Amino acid sequence: MVAMPALDAAVLARREAIVHALHGIVPGEGVIAHEHAMRPYETDGLTAYRQLPMVVVLPETTEQVSAVLRYCHTEGLKVVPRGAGTSLSGGALPLADGVLLGMAKFNRIREIDFANRVAVVEPGVTNLAVSQAVDRAGFYYAPDPSSQIACTIGGNVAENSGGVHCLKYGMTTNNVLGLEMVLITGEIVRLGGKHFDSGGYDLLGIVTGSEGLLGVVTEVTVRLLKKPETARAVLVGFPTSEDAGDCVARIIGAGIIPGGMEMMDRPAIHAAEAFVHAGYPLDVEALLIVELDGPQAECDHLIERVSEIARACRAVTLKVSTSEQERLLFWAGRKAAFPAVGRISPDYYCMDGTIPRGKLPLVLNRMRAMSERYGLQVANVFHAGDGNLHPLILYDANKPGELDRAEQFGADILRLCVEVGGVLTGEHGVGVEKRDLMPTMFSEIDLNQQQRLKCAFDAKGLLNPGKVFPVLHRCAELGRMHVSGGKLPFPDIPRF
Amino acid sequence: MTDTLKPRDAKDAEDAVRWALDHDKTLEVVGTGSKRAIGRPSQSDVTLNLSAVAGVTLYEPDELVLSAKAGTPLAEIEALVAAHGQELAFEPMDYGPLLGGAAGAGTMGGVIAANLSGPRRIKAGAARDHFLGVTAVSGRGETFKSGGRVVKNVTGYDLCKLLAGSWGTLAVMTDVTLKVLPRAETTQTVLLLGLDDASAVQAMSLAMGSSCDVSGAAHLPGPVAARMPLAAVAGAGGAITALRLEGVAPSVAHRRNALETLMKPFAALSHFDGADSVALWRAVRVVVPFAASGADDDRPVWRVSAAPARGAEIGSRIATQAGADVLYDWAGGLIWIALPPSGDAGAAMVRGALAEGGGGHATLIRSPAALRAAVDVFQPQESAVAALAKRVKDGFDPRGVLSSGRMWAGI
Ligand SMILES: Cc1cc2nc3c(=O)[nH]c(=O)nc-3n(C[C@H](O)[C@H](O)[C@H](O)COP(=O)(O)OP(=O)(O)OC[C@H]3O[C@@H](n4cnc5c(N)ncnc54)[C@H](O)[C@@H]3O)c2cc1C
Repeated sequence: MVAMPALDAAVLARREAIVHALHGIVPGEGVIAHEHAMRPYETDGLTAYRQLPMVVVLPETTEQVSAVLRYCHTEGLKVVPRGAGTSLSGGALPLADGVLLGMAKFNRIREIDFANRVAVVEPGVTNLAVSQAVDRAGFYYAPDPSSQIACTIGGNVAENSGGVHCLKYGMTTNNVLGLEMVLITGEIVRLGGKHFDSGGYDLLGIVTGSEGLLGVVTEVTVRLLKKPETARAVLVGFPTSEDAGDCVARIIGAGIIPGGMEMMDRPAIHAAEAFVHAGYPLDVEALLIVELDGPQAECDHLIERVSEIARACRAVTLKVSTSEQERLLFWAGRKAAFPAVGRISPDYYCMDGTIPRGKLPLVLNRMRAMSERYGLQVANVFHAGDGNLHPLILYDANKPGELDRAEQFGADILRLCVEVGGVLTGEHGVGVEKRDLMPTMFSEIDLNQQQRLKCAFDAKGLLNPGKVFPVLHRCAELGRMHVSGGKLPFPDIPRF
Repeated sequence: MTDTLKPRDAKDAEDAVRWALDHDKTLEVVGTGSKRAIGRPSQSDVTLNLSAVAGVTLYEPDELVLSAKAGTPLAEIEALVAAHGQELAFEPMDYGPLLGGAAGAGTMGGVIAANLSGPRRIKAGAARDHFLGVTAVSGRGETFKSGGRVVKNVTGYDLCKLLAGSWGTLAVMTDVTLKVLPRAETTQTVLLLGLDDASAVQAMSLAMGSSCDVSGAAHLPGPVAARMPLAAVAGAGGAITALRLEGVAPSVAHRRNALETLMKPFAALSHFDGADSVALWRAVRVVVPFAASGADDDRPVWRVSAAPARGAEIGSRIATQAGADVLYDWAGGLIWIALPPSGDAGAAMVRGALAEGGGGHATLIRSPAALRAAVDVFQPQESAVAALAKRVKDGFDPRGVLSSGRMWAGI
């Protein structure tokens, strides 16, 4: 288990005064200090980690957020922002001596502007609620994490969340135009707006994916897209994962970027089929769902081409959806893959590495060997189009040592992803979970440079400490320059 | 004449920054220098020219990824991916013609440092959205990397976003990795003739909000259309509004039909396909009507990014007040403005109109150096943001050795 920052006993000793002061800023039920009432906040989607916060605060206005942060900054209190608490990397895990800042009450859609194709929403609005609010006019918000009924836009911004359609439509960072954010000092800043790009540094781009370490987001301007006229899906079974991987490469090689392209391996197929009866073939090693969207004419044309490619890649089963109902059925199994695996195992641990797509067969083979070594089963669902793997490691937390083994197995998978040219996390974030693996991808210089950015936003390191960075250096120390000492002669570089 | 250092590789680039730190020198970071005339005039002691740190180091078409050393000519990369039926989907514009330099002279690093994009920005994003990984030397003389070679990556802060559009002021990029995408099989353009700015922006807004999947939406008022290099546009005798459709042939045919039905109530229609369509968008992309070689063109040029639906309001106000020419791209969200020379290059008026029109940012792209030293070239920032930007700069370049003062004084 990953260790959290040392407890500040002096802060805990002042707890009562702190709760009282916070009550003064957010009156009534906006401050929760009773243990049983704080219970729901003790964990997020990474349930193996649990910790009660010192106090929970649920502000309702930007001014309250600003006042709370200013107070915490003055008093030197740690703050953990929280949306819906669905993070799979422990991003919203509370600190025993920290204030948990819940943004759930920021749940209004402030403006829908079809002429500019944007919506201005508060960060506690759920991802799906944005699409639902604009559905009447045929619009939607493109990034669609599987958790979209629950997760919030603020959490999406903090994690730079993706979804099955981000191959074609991009991640959160490609679909957000503006933010209002409160710095730990209480200063309120606006980045971007309804226009494209930044006139200066792209701070919006940095805050997106910063896992709650740089500021508290209080308003988000998201892009809206018109819904495609139609969507059709093909369900293809392959005798080997190599064939499926080859098929994915050839589809993209043919210049086709599908709306979604998802792969499942045998264990995942079986679990999903047993759960939702989507009609998946059970005698294949890999299953591919390829969705094409756009006008009918385009879907029909591309479905034909994708089917041809699949046949040439030794597909053993191939079904094209002939109705919306059938298309949704194809997806039902994939979308329920996590709970389906949850049914066949007491617990599962969801990983999130990304690899260059061509390395898939290699990675799956090595994963199989690891699975035997650790004595733990693994089922794979895979955003095949962009190389984002979600291995689900099956374990039983009640068996002594299994959680530890599952964590070690997971870490080995992520190291493997980095080894083949990929990364530790494609969409779930580093959080506490992958924090101590950061050095497998980054040198100390790389990590220090990232932390200097953190220092520009939060010099005292009060926002969400213990997440992302394995070692938090003091900003003063990071700011020091260690130049060579003796003067370098004029370097041996061509001059003009 | 300032000295120029021309590193041969990433190691040389790091040595150059360390040398500058040791000797209290400042560096102006350039690729080939094709965009040097943008920004506040350089106050640096030595030029650091990256054009020899060049060459594509990885290109895997099936994986949609390309890595190159930062000084690689953009033209080389575009030709390479085109040979594989691919492209940089963000359609980076080329400032050459606007600035009176050669076309096609820029480097990949420069494209990113300026966060370039083109008409397809509205659908595919800008350089920032396609920039996957980087190795760079900070103003501390340390080589760091961020990102990777895969599209989906949330490991650590996304420093690529920060370097995109930082104009050399934070770090010297030496290696960059980009996402490439398949080029569309077919392109066609639907033209609306004779619209005023306000109706054109309305029409473009409707088109963008339809399921026609428009990948370019530009409006050229009469006098600007007359300066286009295509006879059919220049000779149209009035304004032209252009809507681009790209994709597989059956889809483009279907969408063109739908789009024409939608646009009929606005104006008389015409269309371009194939080569004409490509030529039209190339000209819009580099803003040929305001090219420095054009009729009278030493006029100051502004680039304004605004909420698209407010575009006409902002553009027309400036056009009327200053006798300016305006060209609208991004369905009204990008306004190119060429104004008669004046004391502040029109800064107060342009930024005033933008503020009234809902805000955004205005950058002075072309003007004499003396003016660029006197007026804010980049959009002035609200004080908390400006202070934050300064702290970010200090985190990367505490001694201000890298292109300092190019964006704002002290940054
Ligand atoms: C079943 C399941 C399926 C999932 N599927 C996907 C998927 O397909 N794709 C995907 O990308 N993710 C997925 N996730 C992960 C998770 O849903 C996303 O990371 C989501 O964006 C988290 O949103 P949240 O509101 O729950 O944030 P939380 O979990 O509450 O917080 C996440 C992080 O955001 C920070 N934060 C929250 N709100 C703010 C704010 N207003 N300002 C600043 N920081 C803030 C927190 O400090 C924390 O670091 C899934 C999770 C589950 C449980």
